[in-house]
Amino acid sequence: MEGISIWSNLGLVYALLGAAVAVFLAGAGSAIGVGIAGQAAAGVVTEDPSKFGQVLVMQLLPGTQGLYGLLIGFITLSKVGIIGGGAAQLDPQTGLMILAACLPIGIVGLISGKYQGMTSAASIGIIAKRPDQFGKAMLFPAMVETYAILALLISFLAVSGVQV
Amino acid sequence: MSEQYTYAVARIRALEVSLFSNSGIDQLMACQTYEQCLQLLSEKGWGDTETGLNAEAMLSREEEKIWEIVKELHIPMETFNVLSYPKLFHNLKAAIKEVCTEEVERHIFYDDVSIPGEEMLAIVKEKEFDRLPKEMQEAAGEAYESLLHTRDGQMCDVIIDRAALEAIKKAGREAKDAIIKDYAESTVAVADIKIAVRSAKTAKSLDFMNRAMAECDSLSVGQLSKAALGGMDAVREYLQGTEYTEGADALAESPSAFERWCDNRIIQTISPQKYKAFGIGPVVAYVIARQNEIKTVRIILSGKQNGLSDESIRERVREMYV
Repeated sequence: MEGISIWSNLGLVYALLGAAVAVFLAGAGSAIGVGIAGQAAAGVVTEDPSKFGQVLVMQLLPGTQGLYGLLIGFITLSKVGIIGGGAAQLDPQTGLMILAACLPIGIVGLISGKYQGMTSAASIGIIAKRPDQFGKAMLFPAMVETYAILALLISFLAVSGVQV
Repeated sequence: MSEQYTYAVARIRALEVSLFSNSGIDQLMACQTYEQCLQLLSEKGWGDTETGLNAEAMLSREEEKIWEIVKELHIPMETFNVLSYPKLFHNLKAAIKEVCTEEVERHIFYDDVSIPGEEMLAIVKEKEFDRLPKEMQEAAGEAYESLLHTRDGQMCDVIIDRAALEAIKKAGREAKDAIIKDYAESTVAVADIKIAVRSAKTAKSLDFMNRAMAECDSLSVGQLSKAALGGMDAVREYLQGTEYTEGADALAESPSAFERWCDNRIIQTISPQKYKAFGIGPVVAYVIARQNEIKTVRIILSGKQNGLSDESIRERVREMYV
């Protein structure tokens, strides 16, 4: 791409921005969520190391948004040819469409990651007191996951649907 | 940030598992002898290797453990001012009495507060009241002068107890967390009711009650003190028109039922914290719950040691947090 002006390839810039938004926002959401749940997990393990396995699963639950963002970012990069071939020449409208297609997983990933982390932390409190209720405790943060999956689905369909 | 105390709350949740529940207290009550109670407590992890089966040492160690955990959680101790003020003001009262009456009693001080006994004694001896927290300074000077000139120990108590209640109320008002506000309000209101009850029983004057009671939002101190002048029935009648109706019922039952209601009221205030996942509330609630637990165990041990009947002990046993 050496020698090519940004302005002459604005479509590709928008598409790359879309991939960055998906990875950055969803990844940030997961980092926040896993961080919050991790603090709660550490609190329980301080007093009862035998619960390490159960609380680790809870801590990992908000980590999926980051993976969804990575997946959409990966598909976007493949679509525009940054990975696996020469970069496509995109007009700005197509680039903007790809950017818009990446937004659902980016934004929903950020918000759901944080709130799933908080719900996981609350569920870790259940495990601290009633380890036999692990299954029920896991369902509460898993509910938040639903909306990250819906956003992943829409982003995936939209990115795939844009004609390059 | 609401998730600021995530580590602390999760750790507290794990610790709550070892708190005495109502059935745990029943188990302790079921012990035939005082020694069996101590054995059960020891098996539950109360005390440590140094305390052995010495009840007082065991209970003191448990109190120390509460504050050790709080320190490990790196929560500023100022957050717990509403809980530590009664002990701090007790130290002031004890130091003033010791200095003014020259009667030495070393074991009446609490050492797990910001100003332990020795330091408090030094402050009072040198009359350096400006070294005390702002909330204590005026009351310390007034109580000191009052005791020195009138030798009226009760007036000294009234001045300091009132200052303690006002300090708790102020700490509650300044606190950002609802549980501290609620706890402070509940503590001051319950203390005012206790003053009214005792005043009604001992026929104290309105002036005395006005000096002893601290203002609070859920009770009218003026109406409560006037009711106390009219006797116990008038106090009960007044309480029935407030949110402390159950207190009126407990008063009608017996003095120990009323004392139990006072502590149960505090536990009811903190009870919603069991379901909170974030914030300082569950930590404060745990500290109060542990203190309530230690108090209840002390009541049971004392009852067993003095051969009280199970019914008599049970009447005094407090509601548990978990």
